[in-house]
Amino acid sequence: MNGGVIPLGGFELGLAASLLALAGALSWRLQMGVERRLLVAAVRAAVQLSLLGLVLQQLFHTLSPWLIAAVAGLMLAVAGYEVWSRQGRHLKGWWGYGTGMLSMLLSSVSIALITVQVILQPTPWFHPQYLIPLLGMLLGNTMTGIAVAMDTLGRETWNRQGEIEARLMLGEHAIEAIGDIRRSALRAGLIPILNSMAAAGVVSLPGMMTGQILAGGNPLQAARYQILILFLIAAGTALGTASAVLIASHRLFDKRERLRLDRLN
Amino acid sequence: MAELWIERLERPGLHITDLRVPGGHILCLHGPSGSGKTLLLRAIADLDPNNGQVWLGDRVRERLPAAQWRRQVIYVPPVSHWWAETVRPHAARWAEDMLAALGFERDVLDWSVRRLSTGERQRLAVLRALAREPEALLLDEPTANLDPANTEHMEKLLRDFARERQAPLLWVSHDPAQRAQVGDTEHRLVEGRLQ
Repeated sequence: MNGGVIPLGGFELGLAASLLALAGALSWRLQMGVERRLLVAAVRAAVQLSLLGLVLQQLFHTLSPWLIAAVAGLMLAVAGYEVWSRQGRHLKGWWGYGTGMLSMLLSSVSIALITVQVILQPTPWFHPQYLIPLLGMLLGNTMTGIAVAMDTLGRETWNRQGEIEARLMLGEHAIEAIGDIRRSALRAGLIPILNSMAAAGVVSLPGMMTGQILAGGNPLQAARYQILILFLIAAGTALGTASAVLIASHRLFDKRERLRLDRLN
Repeated sequence: MAELWIERLERPGLHITDLRVPGGHILCLHGPSGSGKTLLLRAIADLDPNNGQVWLGDRVRERLPAAQWRRQVIYVPPVSHWWAETVRPHAARWAEDMLAALGFERDVLDWSVRRLSTGERQRLAVLRALAREPEALLLDEPTANLDPANTEHMEKLLRDFARERQAPLLWVSHDPAQRAQVGDTEHRLVEGRLQ
């Protein structure tokens, strides 16, 4: 079957929006109190995605490497802010924002670059049709892993101060004293991607594969792309989470291996 | 024998110009709550940022890696924290004679930490510090939660430890009778200064 894409217009999207309005009405009727947030979130999603569509169209047209780099940089900056805002206790100052950003730069950006250079090899290699969606997927997923891991690290360190300091008092190194917490932060950050790999294709139809099939793509090719993406996301999340936990836990101690909770807020 | 010597130790709320505890001596500290006793002990163990010099014999604190310093000069807080399920993993080698001296059977090491009473925790916290064979001890009310019999055992154990190892002991105690009993010297701390 060679379907191609059924074009969507304002009318079709309006129909979908009316379904959402129904959900909002239900929330209002049952006094669930989420109708306002539903509206805001829906408008945000619509505006952001439409803008992205416009920008991508422009990017595909001009193929300007500078413009592509600027869009990628903006995506990274926003993802960094998201990571920062999702932590209950984050590092004070630039460390809080910078740790997440740097970890995503190390993981998502480097893996996206490796993928277009070595695996997909489009011409030009920075063609936005590949680079931007790949980067988006990677950032979106590593962002979650890094945020969860850093949140766990900050929260557990705060709550288990007594335990950590007890170990320091008895002459253990900072790395030993915070070892358990570091491990549980890493695990917490990796669980979402491990779960989604295990459930992929059985419980859930991953978004990208669904999209390719809807767009008329060959299901087998779509499956291969999805496998590629899942592997990249898992690698990126592991790399990003590990570097975030390493940097942040290092920052929680000073040169004399004292626990510095004053660096958290 | 190694003397513990604290010189010009400064941190917010604490100003110690000169404090010496000779090896084998017990120096008792007292003073109103909030006077900086805990701040002082924590600063000596280098658990909080502070300025000043601390010597143990001819070794100066700043020249030793922090972890090594804290293994030699162990701070024992009044409330202990435990990170493993049972007692045993909290020290590599428990001294059996000391366990007995504080009234424990050998099977205490397999007890769950959660089920320990406050007094049991306090006694075991001192024992896990002693198990590391420190060269000096900073004791923050080590008998606060103990009954009279256990208090007496603890005092004897710590006094013997100080004499046998020629270790300097800094001992915070609110009890004048205890200070008279165990202390070779005593100092009063008021608003972060020794009097």
